[in-house]
Amino acid sequence: MRARDPLDSDWRPGAGPGALRARAAMLAALRGHFADAGVLEVETPVACSTAGTDPMLQPLTANYSGPIYPHGTRLYLQTSPEFAMKRLLAAGSGPIYQICKAFRDGEAGRLHNPEFTILEWYRPGIDLQDLIDEVVAVARLCLGRADLGVERRRYAELFHERFGLDVFAADPVDLRAFALRRNILGAEGMELGRDGWLDLLFSHLIQPDLGRDALCVVSDYPASQAALARLNADGRTAARFELFHRGVELANGFDELVDADEQAARFEAENCQRRSSGAEPVKIDRRLLGALQHGIPACSGVAMGVDRLLMLRLGATDIDEVLSFSLQRC
Amino acid sequence: MATYSTNEFRGGLKLLLDGDPCTIIENEFVKPGKGQAFNRVKIRNLKTGRVLEKTFRSGETVEAADVVDRDLQYLYSDGEFWHFMDNDTFEQVQADANAMGEALKWLKEQDVCMVTLWNGTPIAVEAPNFVVLEITETDPGLKGDTSGGGGKPATLETGAVVRVPLFIQTGEKIKVDTRTGDYVSRVKDE
Repeated sequence: MRARDPLDSDWRPGAGPGALRARAAMLAALRGHFADAGVLEVETPVACSTAGTDPMLQPLTANYSGPIYPHGTRLYLQTSPEFAMKRLLAAGSGPIYQICKAFRDGEAGRLHNPEFTILEWYRPGIDLQDLIDEVVAVARLCLGRADLGVERRRYAELFHERFGLDVFAADPVDLRAFALRRNILGAEGMELGRDGWLDLLFSHLIQPDLGRDALCVVSDYPASQAALARLNADGRTAARFELFHRGVELANGFDELVDADEQAARFEAENCQRRSSGAEPVKIDRRLLGALQHGIPACSGVAMGVDRLLMLRLGATDIDEVLSFSLQRC
Repeated sequence: MATYSTNEFRGGLKLLLDGDPCTIIENEFVKPGKGQAFNRVKIRNLKTGRVLEKTFRSGETVEAADVVDRDLQYLYSDGEFWHFMDNDTFEQVQADANAMGEALKWLKEQDVCMVTLWNGTPIAVEAPNFVVLEITETDPGLKGDTSGGGGKPATLETGAVVRVPLFIQTGEKIKVDTRTGDYVSRVKDE
C-alpha cells in the first residue's frame, strides 16, 4: 500500500504516458458524445461566494480581495457545479454539460483526491429512466466495454434481500446490532444516525459486490438521502440513482428538485445538521433559490467521476495512477 | 493522553485498542459521495500477533500506544527473563518468554536485535534476519558431499535445530535465515 504522505522529493507525475493519453481520449470521446447529442458544453465558476449545504461534503475555501469585494470575501471551491448549472437551466440554456474540477476537503484515499474531475450534465424534459440509459451508454463508452450488461437494484431491496433489513423501519439500535452480528468491529463504539449506519452497512457489505461484471444501477434511495432529488410519490423514497461498476461508485443522478420552497427547507435542515455535527454552516445560495422561483424546467441531471472511470478503464488500483499530480505531488 | 485522528492513520502507527497495543497494517478511506466517511483499518495486535479489521468514523480520535522499536543488545538469560541493554544509555530491560517468541531460538549473548517496547516493557523481540551460530551437535556426514540434497538435523549453540547439508560438521559455524529457519551457508572463521 502506498503511504499517504507528501512526496516532497518526487517531481514525477503519478500518471504514466499511457494514462495521460487515455484521459485525453476519454475527454475527447465525451465531448464527441455530447456534441452529437446536441448538449451544450458550458463553464461555471470553480470559486463561488456560496456552496452546497450537504452535511457530508466540506468545501475548500479561498480568499479574494480587490474590486467588487474591497474588504475581502471568502470564496468556496465548488463541491460540484450543480447550483450554477441549474441557474443556467433557469435562464433557458436547454441541455448542458460540463467537465470541470470539483473540490472536497478531507477526502484523500485510494479512490479519493480532494481535487477531482466531474462530468455533470442536465437534460430538461427527460425522465430519470432516459437519463439512466444515457449514463449507461456514457459509462460503456468511457470503459471501452460496449458489451457491459446492466443490473437494476432498488436501495431498499438490496438490504432486504440480503439481510432481511427494512431500511425504512430499522432504527440506529437495530442497525448497530446488525453491524456487530456481521463482525464489523468498531461499530460497538460508533455514534451514527440511521443514514450513517446505512452508509456503514452499504459500504462494507453491499457495495463491494455491486457490478462485478456489469454496470449496476441502484435507485430509489430513502427520502432521508434525497440530497437534491425530487421525492417519489410513495413519499419515502427519492428519485435518485447511483451507478457502480466493480464495487466503485461512478455516478449520482437525480430527477431534480425544482421546488424553491422545498429547496429552501432542505438548505435549512442541512445547515442544522451541520451545526449539530460540529461542521460550519454554509451561506445559503439565494441565487439558486431565485432561479428556482423564476422556474427551471423539469429535468434530470447526473454527475460522473471521470478519474474513477479512467481507473477502471486502465485497471488502476489507486487514483494517483490516473492523475498527473495528486495531492501528494502538487 | 496522546491521541491520533483518523487523518493521521498510516501503516506502522501504534494505537491502543481495548487496552492492547496495536499497529496499523493498512488504512483505507471509504466514503460514499453523499454519505458518511469511514476509515477501514487492518490492524495487528502487538501482544497476541492477531490481525483484525476495524472501522472508525472518519474524524474520530483514538488513543496512541507508547510503543517504540529499539535496537538493544542481548546480555543473558536467568531462565525466566531475557535481559537486554541499550548500548547508548546502558539502560536495561527484561523480556519474558512470551515477548521473546521465536527469537529465543536464535539469539546468543551480545547479539543486537530489535525490541518493541510498550510503556518501556518489551512486548516483542525480533531476531536479526540472518544469524551466524556454531553447531554443537550433528551426525558425522560424508566428506565430499556438496549436493545439499537430503541433509541432516544439526543442533546450534542456542539449542535451535536446523537442517544442514551432509558435509557440515560439529564445531563449524553456519548462517541461518531466522524468518524461515533455513540453513543459508557455511561461515569460515576470519
